[in-house]
Amino acid sequence: MDIIIKIFYAVISITVATVWGLTLGGIVRKTYARVHKRIGPPLIQPFLDIIQTHSRRETITHGVMFYLGPVFRLAGGLGTYLFIPVIFGSVVFGNFSMAGDLLLVMYFIFFGQLGMALGAGEGGHPYSPLGIARGLSQMSAFELPFSLAVISIAIQYNSLNITDIVAAQQGSILNWTLFTNPLAVMAAMISLLGMNMHSPFSLVLAPQEIPIGPPIEMSGSFLGILQTNRAIFASAKLVLFMNLFFGGAAHPNVLIALIILMIKTLGIYMFSVLIGASFPRFRPEQSFRFFLKWPTLIGIISVLFIAYF
Amino acid sequence: MENKDIKDIENAMKLANDGLPEKERALFADARPSHIGPANKYLEKFMNWARSRSLWILAFGTGCGATELRPLFTSRFDASRYGIAPRPTPRQASVFVIGGYASIKTIKRIVRSYEQMQGPKYVVALGSCTINGGMYYDSYNTINRIDYYIPVDIYITGCMPRPESLIAGFEKLKENIRAGECDGMNTYADNFDWYKKNQKQIIKDWNMPDYNW
Repeated sequence: MDIIIKIFYAVISITVATVWGLTLGGIVRKTYARVHKRIGPPLIQPFLDIIQTHSRRETITHGVMFYLGPVFRLAGGLGTYLFIPVIFGSVVFGNFSMAGDLLLVMYFIFFGQLGMALGAGEGGHPYSPLGIARGLSQMSAFELPFSLAVISIAIQYNSLNITDIVAAQQGSILNWTLFTNPLAVMAAMISLLGMNMHSPFSLVLAPQEIPIGPPIEMSGSFLGILQTNRAIFASAKLVLFMNLFFGGAAHPNVLIALIILMIKTLGIYMFSVLIGASFPRFRPEQSFRFFLKWPTLIGIISVLFIAYF
Repeated sequence: MENKDIKDIENAMKLANDGLPEKERALFADARPSHIGPANKYLEKFMNWARSRSLWILAFGTGCGATELRPLFTSRFDASRYGIAPRPTPRQASVFVIGGYASIKTIKRIVRSYEQMQGPKYVVALGSCTINGGMYYDSYNTINRIDYYIPVDIYITGCMPRPESLIAGFEKLKENIRAGECDGMNTYADNFDWYKKNQKQIIKDWNMPDYNW
């Protein structure tokens, strides 16, 4: 009985994450449009796009792995999300958080991309392996500063449990990791730029270079699943960053906590969106070198600093 | 009917793919496009609403009319506020804008791209060249009427039509989609032989499969 209630709560939490992720997508498009001095699509455009892709009458498939690719990707997104406690202290939004969930979440961030690599490769279009190669290399590059930041805060809080890390930041705004360990936050926020894949790190879905990259052969429902995943994955990453570095969303009232969550995640997302709107795209090798240089250095310094000072 | 007859009919319905070399024929599908009817009445109405609010244009400029698509997406006319967005691959696009005259070399690519699009798919033909040949009506190298080769949903007249008239055309297309009148995908499937005959008449070097799914 316990697990059924837990699943019911998980469905609520996933629905909230999907709706908020898609709304964020709409806000991002609107922001980009305003930077281009356009009016931009309506906020509900991502929802309409998903209904539209799911209402295609035909959908081409290229084999079993092609079916499984988007499913793995969605499993990666859901896996990332389901092990993060969304609202500190809430039962409904607690998800399946447990000891050591931070490691599991870091694994799941990688997992979806690997599944997609298998699936998109079977489409047979030369641009999809090209996009995957770019995506996986960039992922390995930005995973380094992010891991260093995580190691740094794991030493700082002496825990790999996200709930513990959020609990340690409660009380005052000055308890946030942002103020207690700014170097780790710096390294992680730079790697978030790569994770969100906006310019200058939009190597994977680069419509002008490799038309849309990995999902080039995906149509109809396959694409719909990928879009849904993009929304869930975006909110999962943002909630993770909010929990680790910006004090999490904690309030006795769930609705107020949700509003805090929305404000904080929007702020974190806008960081990468505004940088994305102002910079052109890197070439792949420039992007990899960038991640392996400055953010990694900052990450190493933050680990050394937190361990010895 | 006996089993043998059914098999004969099935074999006769298969596509020959005789433009391809013998050893490559097995690599391509020999199935025809099939007629896929609309879903349940209310569901279809809802889906048509979503389809009309999210038109994904195939970013393939087939003639001089493609010039008009650039200002359409940039800040002056900004088609994205009407839910119109470019999409780089035919698999994901739902609207094909035929930009003006189609040379015989291009019509081959138009047919391939159109067949690769996943239905329901809509075609917007732009400029007088697509209707009757326009200023190229007696050219040895361009086709005169695009709807002999692929089904067209909306024509936008002019030479060239301005981006405003394109937006007006898209609004008309949206109305038709919402009314459930845009069924080019099934028109193509039902009259497949007629379209193929016309296409093969004009494309002399037919070195692609008969249906490019």
